[in-house]
Amino acid sequence: MARLNPENTELARELIGHYPRPKSALIPLLHLAQEQDGYVTDEAMVHIAELVGVTPAEVLGTCTFYEMFKREPVGKYLVNICQGIACTIMGAEELIGHAEDALGIKVGSTTPDGTITLERAECQAACTEAPCLQVNYRYRYRVTDEDFDGLVAQLRSGALDAEIPPHGTLARRPYRQHMPADRRNGPGFIDGAGEPVWIKRHREAAEAQGSTS
Amino acid sequence: MTLNEVPLIVTGRLAAHDDAHTIARYEATDGYQGLRAALGHSPAEVTGIVKDASLLGRGGAGFPAGVKWGFCPPNVWPRYLVINGDESEPGTYKDRILMERDPHQVIEGILIAAYAIGCAQAFLYCRGEMALAHERLGAALNEAYAAGYVGKNILGTDYSIDIAFHWGAGAYIVGEETALIESLEGNRGMPRLKPPFFPAAKGLYLQPTVVNNVETMANLPWILRNGAEAFHALGAETSRGTRLFAVSGHVKNPGVHEVEFGVTTFRDLIYGKCGGIRGDRALKAFIPGGASSPWFFEEHLDLPLETKAVGDAGSMLGSGAIVVMDETTDVVKASRSLVRFFAEESCGKCTPCREGTTWMERILNRIIDGEGRPEDMNLLLDVCDNISPTITWPPKQTTICPLGPSAPPSVASVVRRFPEEFERYLGAKFEVTVPINGAAYLPKPAASATVPGGTES
Ligand SMILES: Cc1cc2nc3c(=O)[nH]c(=O)nc-3n(C[C@H](O)[C@H](O)[C@H](O)COP(=O)(O)O)c2cc1C
Ligand code: SF4
Ligand code: FES
Repeated sequence: MARLNPENTELARELIGHYPRPKSALIPLLHLAQEQDGYVTDEAMVHIAELVGVTPAEVLGTCTFYEMFKREPVGKYLVNICQGIACTIMGAEELIGHAEDALGIKVGSTTPDGTITLERAECQAACTEAPCLQVNYRYRYRVTDEDFDGLVAQLRSGALDAEIPPHGTLARRPYRQHMPADRRNGPGFIDGAGEPVWIKRHREAAEAQGSTS
Repeated sequence: MTLNEVPLIVTGRLAAHDDAHTIARYEATDGYQGLRAALGHSPAEVTGIVKDASLLGRGGAGFPAGVKWGFCPPNVWPRYLVINGDESEPGTYKDRILMERDPHQVIEGILIAAYAIGCAQAFLYCRGEMALAHERLGAALNEAYAAGYVGKNILGTDYSIDIAFHWGAGAYIVGEETALIESLEGNRGMPRLKPPFFPAAKGLYLQPTVVNNVETMANLPWILRNGAEAFHALGAETSRGTRLFAVSGHVKNPGVHEVEFGVTTFRDLIYGKCGGIRGDRALKAFIPGGASSPWFFEEHLDLPLETKAVGDAGSMLGSGAIVVMDETTDVVKASRSLVRFFAEESCGKCTPCREGTTWMERILNRIIDGEGRPEDMNLLLDVCDNISPTITWPPKQTTICPLGPSAPPSVASVVRRFPEEFERYLGAKFEVTVPINGAAYLPKPAASATVPGGTES
C-alpha cells in the first residue's frame, strides 16, 4: 500500500491521456492516491511523479497547496462543518460546539476509534440549507444537534456505507468519465495545431462569397 | 407584489423533473436542440447571436460572453475553453445545482461555445468538494459521448471536440480565472499577473483561452433554441435574461430562485419569493453579491437586481449571493466570518493581501474576545486602507488578483453603519480618522430609523 496499485496505475494513465500535457493530471492523480490509501503517501507521490514526468518535489508542491489532500491518515469519515457566513448566522458555531462535545474531540482531531475526523470548512455552496456539513464531501442540510447525533450513530453502525464511501473516494467508479477510444477526438494539439476544420470551412465559404459578391 | 412570469431558462427542466440529469429526460425536453441549431449557423453567427442576446457572464464580473469570445487573437491556434465550476464564494449556491441536476445542459452549452470559439479541447473544472456533481457530470459525459454529442464528428459534422472533466482539491482562489488555469496545468493555484497573462491572449499552456462560468454555459442552449431576441426581451438595461440568486440567512424560506434579471428587486426576492424575515423581525442588513460586496440595508430594498443600478449604489451583484441578516445578528461576528474567509483563502503571493487580511482577522478576534482597545478601530481601518487605498468602491487594486481588496468591504460597512456594535465589544467610544469612501458605506439615515422592514409594495 503506497504506490498506485495496477488497477489505479491503469486509471492514472487513462487520466493523463485526457490532457494535452501530462502534468495537468496531477490533481486527479493525487485524488486517486488518496482514494487508494485514505491519504496521500510519499510513495504514491514518487509514483505519480514518474507517471507524469515531473520531480516528486513538484508533486509535493502541488499537493500541499490544496486543502483536501491529507498527508497523514484521517478518520474513515471526514466531517466538515461549514463556518461560512450563511452558516455562521444560522448557528454553525453552536453546531461545531455540539459536535466537539458529542464526539469528545476538538476540531482538527480524530476520534480514538479512527472513525471520524472533525474539521471546520469554508462555504460549501449550500448556503440556503444552513447550517450544513459534509461527510466525505456528501452533504447534510439544515443540521440540528439531534441530526448530528443520528448521523454519527449511522456512520458508526455502517448504515450509510452504500451512500458514503470511505475518505478519499469522490466519484464512485461507475460514475467516472471514460472517453471511449472510438468516439474521442484525441487530446492535445499543443504544437502545430492549425485552425479547426469547421472554422476553416466557414471562413473559406465566407471569403468565397465575399469575392463573388 | 407581482413578479413577472418568465420562462425558467436554466432551471426549468430540473424544477419539473427529478430525473433531469439523465440523457433520456434531457433529450425528451428539448435536449441538444440548441447544439443542432448552432451547427446550422457559422461559428461567427453563433457568437453574434450570443452578443445580441447580451448574455453577461454569471461568474461574478459580469462580462458579456459573446464579446469575451471575440477577444481571442485571430489565427492563433489552438484555443481552449475552460469552464469554471469552482463555486466557493461565501453565499453562492447556483452552479452546483446546475451541475448536479441538469449536467447535460452545461455540456450542451460548452459544445455551443467551443464551436463558436473554435476550441481544440474543453475542460470542465468542478470544485473538488462536490462529490455528487462529479458523479453526475462524469455519467452525463459518458452518455453524451456514447450518443455522439461529444467527441469526434459531432452529430455527423466536421465539428469535433473533447470535454475533459477535471476536479479541484479545495482552494477558493482557484476560482479566479488565471489561478484556475494554473491549477489545470497541475500547479499550485496562484493567480497570474494580468497583463500579460490575460487568458484570451496567454491562457492554458499559454494559448488563447476562454474562461466562462457554469451558469453562463447553461444559458446557451435556450438562447440558441429561442433566439437572441427572446432572451434580450427579458430583463432591463445591461442585465438581460434571467438569473439565479441564492437567498440565504434569516428569511422564512431560504432558496435558490431564477428570476427575471434587471427588473426584479431585492424586496421582491426577500419579502416575496422568500416570505420575508423569520419571525417577522426587522431587517438589519443584507449582502447583495457575495463576501466581496459592500453590504446593503433597508433603503436599498427597492433597487432592481440590475448590474449597473447596484454598482451605482456602491455594491455589486457578483455571483448572485444574497445573505439576509435580521435585527438579532451580531454584525461584528458576521464581518469576522467574512474576513476570516479571506485570510484563510489568500494564496500568499501579495503582501497587502497575505499580511493585511491576517491582521484584520487578528484585530477582529481581539475585539470579539473582549481584548480590543478603542484605537484598534483606527488600526483596523488603516490596514483596510493599506490593502485598498481610500476604502472606496469599486476597491482600488493593489494586488495580483482582486481577493485582497475584497476583504475591507464588510468591515467598512459595519463600522460606518453600526459603530455602536463595536463600542459594545470595546466598552468604550472610539474615533476613526481613516476616511471611508464607498457609496454604500453609509451611516444609518435618520428618517428610516423607525420604518419597519417588510412593507409590501
Ligand atoms: C477570488 C476570485 C474568485 C472567483 N471565483 C469564481 C468561481 O468560483 N466561479 C466562477 O465562475 N468565477 C469565479 N471568479 C471569476 C472568474 O475569475 C472569471 O471571471 C469567471 O469565471 C468568468 O466567467 P464568466 O465570464 O462566464 O462570468 C472568481 C474571481 C476571483 C477574483
Ligand atoms: S490578492 Fe491575495 S489571493 Fe490574489 S494573488 Fe495576491 S495574495 Fe493571492
Ligand atoms: S455559508 Fe455554509 S454553505 Fe455557504
